[in-house]
Amino acid sequence: MIEVLYARGRRFLRRILTRPRIDLPLALGLFVLAIAGLVTLYSAGDANLSLVGGQAGRFVLGAGLLLLVSRIPPSVLRSWTPWLYGGSTALLVVVAILGEGRGSIRWLDLGFMRFQPSELLKLTMPMMVAWYLHPRQLPPGWKDIAVVGLLIAIPAGLIAEQPDLGTAVLVTAAGAFALFLSGMAWWRIGLLVGAVAGMIPVGWHFLHQYQRDRVLTLLNPESDPLGNGWHIIQSQIAVGSGGVFGKGWQHSTQSRLDFLPEHTTDFIFAVFSEEFGLIGVCALVALYAFIIGRCLWIAMEARDTYSRLLAGAIGMSFFVYVFVNGGMVAGMLPVVGVPMPMISYGGTSAVSLLTGFGVLMSIHANRKTHL
Amino acid sequence: MKIRRSIKDPRGESLLFRRRAAAAFVLILLGLCLLLVRFAYLQVAHHEEFVTRSQNNRVKPRAIPPARGLIYDRNGVLLADNVPAFRLEVVPEQVKDMPALLEQLGHVVPLDRDDLDAFHKQLRQSRRFESVPLKLRLTEDEIDRFAVNRWRFPGVDVVPYLTRRYPLGAMFAHVVGYVGRIDADDVDRLDPVRYKGTSHVGRSGIERSYEDMLHGTPGYELLEVNADGRTQRVLETHAPKPGKNLYLSIDMRLQKAAEEAFAGRPGAAVAIDPRNGQVLAMVSVPTFDPNLFVNGISQADYSALTNDPEKPLYNRALRGVYPPGSTVKPLVGLAGLESGLRTPQDTVVSTGVFYIPGQARGYRDDQRGGVGRVDLAGAIEQSVNTYFYKLALDMGIDKLSAYMAEFGFGKPTGIDLIGESAGVLPSREWKAANSRQPWYPGETVIAGIGQGFWAVTPLQLGHAIATFAGHGIPYTPRLVMATRDGVNAPLQPLANPPSGPSVIRKPADWDAVNLGMERVMYGERGTGRTLVAGFPYRLAGKSGTAERYSRTTNAYDDRSNLAYLASRNRAWFEVYAPADNPQIAVAVLLESGAWGASSAGPIARQILDAWLASHGGVIPDAERLPVSNAAPASAPAEVPNDEPVEDIPAQATSSGDTP
Repeated sequence: MIEVLYARGRRFLRRILTRPRIDLPLALGLFVLAIAGLVTLYSAGDANLSLVGGQAGRFVLGAGLLLLVSRIPPSVLRSWTPWLYGGSTALLVVVAILGEGRGSIRWLDLGFMRFQPSELLKLTMPMMVAWYLHPRQLPPGWKDIAVVGLLIAIPAGLIAEQPDLGTAVLVTAAGAFALFLSGMAWWRIGLLVGAVAGMIPVGWHFLHQYQRDRVLTLLNPESDPLGNGWHIIQSQIAVGSGGVFGKGWQHSTQSRLDFLPEHTTDFIFAVFSEEFGLIGVCALVALYAFIIGRCLWIAMEARDTYSRLLAGAIGMSFFVYVFVNGGMVAGMLPVVGVPMPMISYGGTSAVSLLTGFGVLMSIHANRKTHL
Repeated sequence: MKIRRSIKDPRGESLLFRRRAAAAFVLILLGLCLLLVRFAYLQVAHHEEFVTRSQNNRVKPRAIPPARGLIYDRNGVLLADNVPAFRLEVVPEQVKDMPALLEQLGHVVPLDRDDLDAFHKQLRQSRRFESVPLKLRLTEDEIDRFAVNRWRFPGVDVVPYLTRRYPLGAMFAHVVGYVGRIDADDVDRLDPVRYKGTSHVGRSGIERSYEDMLHGTPGYELLEVNADGRTQRVLETHAPKPGKNLYLSIDMRLQKAAEEAFAGRPGAAVAIDPRNGQVLAMVSVPTFDPNLFVNGISQADYSALTNDPEKPLYNRALRGVYPPGSTVKPLVGLAGLESGLRTPQDTVVSTGVFYIPGQARGYRDDQRGGVGRVDLAGAIEQSVNTYFYKLALDMGIDKLSAYMAEFGFGKPTGIDLIGESAGVLPSREWKAANSRQPWYPGETVIAGIGQGFWAVTPLQLGHAIATFAGHGIPYTPRLVMATRDGVNAPLQPLANPPSGPSVIRKPADWDAVNLGMERVMYGERGTGRTLVAGFPYRLAGKSGTAERYSRTTNAYDDRSNLAYLASRNRAWFEVYAPADNPQIAVAVLLESGAWGASSAGPIARQILDAWLASHGGVIPDAERLPVSNAAPASAPAEVPNDEPVEDIPAQATSSGDTP
């Protein structure tokens, strides 16, 4: 019995390693991105090798998960989807209950590691929306849109309540993209967007004071030199002083002299911009564009609606990371905790991103045989 | 056609998706282009400007923590102070070989385990260029020795800072509390901007409950740094706003007298001004030195405190719950008058045993054979159980507990300290919530003498007796009387309005109960008559001796077994003065006291003596008694054996030991 299991496990592992079902262009893009991330981190983290080593370790772990998930056929993923979504939402509820009266709680302590359930939703949310839309008549009508809206709102509301605005935005976007890709009529999109825009004054009312402060200091950073405004001012100085060619690797004065807060995590892109200049920024953005384009390509080749929507939504939410973080670093968007994918230091983000790409690899492996 | 429409059309969907994906990609490219435009705007169009700003970016803000507000007693005696101290700090970046440095340094300035543990913990959490405190509170000797050897230790420096000191130490530990170093839990809880640069936060007592006022608002200074990030000079300073100074209503002289009167025996005392709820003294014995906690208590000191069987860290006045015993009899008697069940003249015959009609179990009086016929004043004077057994039974538990609730039993008093116990006021609801058994009439009977489930904190009893002494006007007890912004600012009193109208409806009822309580002190057979000698104003009081657990023998108590009684009994004494115009109310609890009046009474008297002395011996608006100067003020005279001890055949009580 044990021997059988062992043999099966070995065969499975060997298959993963000898015949990986991956899309080479996408894998290559991610690899280059990871290298760029480690190089930037080395500089931003004051040449701290243990920091870089830790991040590399997470990349390896993420790559392992990517290979593992790539072996799971999309049809199996689809049948798991309601459970995965329900489970991750239930964990959010647990966090909400445990966090009662203790301020901001996002973590669940498992004893051996701390774990952020909202991270799971970044993947299970587009899965659920794709699962729901998969058997329906597309483009979706108002009824289906309303159901999808509810599927998005429950976990997103719980995350926003934690309060973690950045993740809430990412999760909502991931679900909304699946809906968009399903072919929701343009006039309906226009109507919904208009309605949401009309709700902004109401939503303002529900924001935490510190979240409002962040939006307000964006408009006038000089008003708060010790708090949020400091982030915005110093980040723009870093970016702007980089110029076209940059100051060169390991020559970011803003980061090295500690003017730039959180320069290994949320603001690492400012260090990158300072050291590599506009040319570096363009190259990195082009790399991101390539990865996103490749994701959409895989989505188009996918065999069924579920795979298509899921692959497309994962690719598009990758864009949200880049846009929100880049916009924040450049002083265009308020300070929210959204990392630059694969560049910012931090464990769960890199691991969950790579797991998401594992799903894409699996979809790629099960694509239509001819177009 | 209709059916076709509801069937899925894979080709059409695939096409639709392709169009959507293409549209999405175009939108994404537009978004990324927008991002690039913004970067180009910063990096090309405004490049020069930002280069200049980056080069001039030598100015860093640094928070200056505010000085913590000071704490004084009501007369301006300093209870909590900020004193300059020196600590040893290490900049990790500048140290090549940390273990060797610590080893070398240990020969110059002794470093113990606790110092090193705390240092290594902080070292892991901080950046390499930030200095980490290694040893707090250096002695002058250590500073001198380090100064001589300084050249050997690059990256190590002596840095001045302000630390908290409690000049009176243990005397106010349970009131003022102490501050402690901010730890990881606090970091999550505290506002990071307000606590920037602050190392300590209130941990207990006033320091904790008034943290907001004491803390103040930090200022900041703008520092010019060089290319290595080191400070060159200070460009601008925005001074911090220090925390408010607090003035407690406590009088240090009363506090001192109270603490000394206990002579180390475990117990608690509370003195309250009935006219405004101000706490004049509040002690819990034994106590501890709060200064130990300020800069991190050593493991040895801490285990010595926690392993002490008398629990010095335990605030008995605030959290200890004990059966109130006879001390509540005056209030039960008052309830009888107010409810119309009794007049002051109604009498009861005490035969030594009381029976609930139709039940065989007897509830004992304290004296064999009883004391005969007594009215209310007599019943209070001699603490006659039978009177109150019968009254409680006639009144019923619901009325009794509703009336007692008005005096604050069974709920926290609302004093300005954190962690107060609620105690237990026996009632049907309480029992239903805590037991499966129904309410028994016998439990009503013993509630009449403050036994059974009834449990109070010394603070609650002090509050109740102060409420009575103040003719029923309920004031929430308050420790902080006034605040002041700085030395030259005016004192700002904190208002403490009564929490409601008087709980006594007929003034005549007050007079009748007061008469009984005066007779406790002056009556021929009053239990407190040995305590009044030499006191120039009228006192009114009541003793109480509550049992920690049921007696095992049927013997009546006498003086031959004092040690046994002391181990079994809680001694209470409550008193207010002057009886004709009450201005202080005192409740004293002695955890192991044989008799209420003889054990706890002298402590109460010593508090009253200190109070009188603090007024220069003259209390305004009260009638002065003729006093023979010969009588020693507070010597506990030989106590005759007439202190009644309540007898409870049915109910064991020992709720006083659990926090």
